[in-house]
Amino acid sequence: MVTQVTSFTRNGVSDWLVQRITAVVVAIYSVVLVAYLLFQPAVTYQQWSDLFSQTWMQVFTLMTLLATCAHAWIGMWTVGTDYLRVHTVGESANALRFIFQLGCMLVFVVYLIWGIKILWGNG
Amino acid sequence: MLISVYRYDPDKDITPYMQDFDLEIPGGRDLMVLDVLELLKEQDPTVSYRRSCREGVCGSDGVNMNGKNGLACITPLSEVVKSDKLSIRPLPGLPVVRDLVVDMEQFYDQYKKIKPYLINDEPPPTQERLQSPEDREKLDGLYECILCACCTTACPSFWWNPDKFVGPAGLLQAYRFLIDSRDTATEERLAGLEDPFSVFRCRGIMNCVSVCPKGLNPTRAIGHIRNMLLKRAV
Repeated sequence: MVTQVTSFTRNGVSDWLVQRITAVVVAIYSVVLVAYLLFQPAVTYQQWSDLFSQTWMQVFTLMTLLATCAHAWIGMWTVGTDYLRVHTVGESANALRFIFQLGCMLVFVVYLIWGIKILWGNG
Repeated sequence: MLISVYRYDPDKDITPYMQDFDLEIPGGRDLMVLDVLELLKEQDPTVSYRRSCREGVCGSDGVNMNGKNGLACITPLSEVVKSDKLSIRPLPGLPVVRDLVVDMEQFYDQYKKIKPYLINDEPPPTQERLQSPEDREKLDGLYECILCACCTTACPSFWWNPDKFVGPAGLLQAYRFLIDSRDTATEERLAGLEDPFSVFRCRGIMNCVSVCPKGLNPTRAIGHIRNMLLKRAV
């Protein structure tokens, strides 16, 4: 039987709310980036680097990165608890789901740390 | 007309199979699918299905007809038959007892979970608990559910998590009691629904709305429950 101990907040209301709010953050970030690229079609490395060296952009990007990880965790947890079940994949479902969740967690942590390194690294 | 029926007798069949019948449909009127099942039973008395009122009130004969759930007794052939062929299967997602008869236990377990009865901790009045016409109107579109399970068994979220997702029929009834002015257990009811599965497994695909033989809208009721949970939480 699937339990909810590995869900993001262990509460359906807050998981639902977090997923919606993070979706809005990611959507606004996407619009801002697309708009920037539309207004600067021939963007140079220097312009791109200047954009990401500004504090507001670094905060906005990190916020989006965190939002993406939270959003993706809730989504992938839902996918795993829907499809990786005993009646769909057999007796090994629990082990498979645990490995799937660990794999997702690993990917999100790597992306997050890598993102922070790119944002605040020395080039 | 070619009628293809899902057959399974656990006493002699290892796996289920589809059996084809060539049936002469009497002309002159639009038969219901239940009439076809009755004609089939004359040909082969071992074909098993549930039926009772034959007028869409009892909810016994919910089956899957050419891929869509509905009540056999109020579904005319003209509505479901495609290319002169009709496939009849049991409601999907529930264990099959025999042929078109399913085991409804998981469905009823979820229904029990939402406490489908009035809870009122105030002293009972001498005659009855009165309700204004406006409050009574709020129950319209909710109380009419006959628990046929057509909606719940059309819902993939229920197929994947039948032990934890309440399902559209149960949630429609949950809202029916949450919105009832005579019920005082709103807080207790909402607390029982706030986990990630009971309500929030609904992805809003609205299969429930498209198959409900009574024309009800469980997705809307689920939306109302979600709003009540959000208001309570923030």
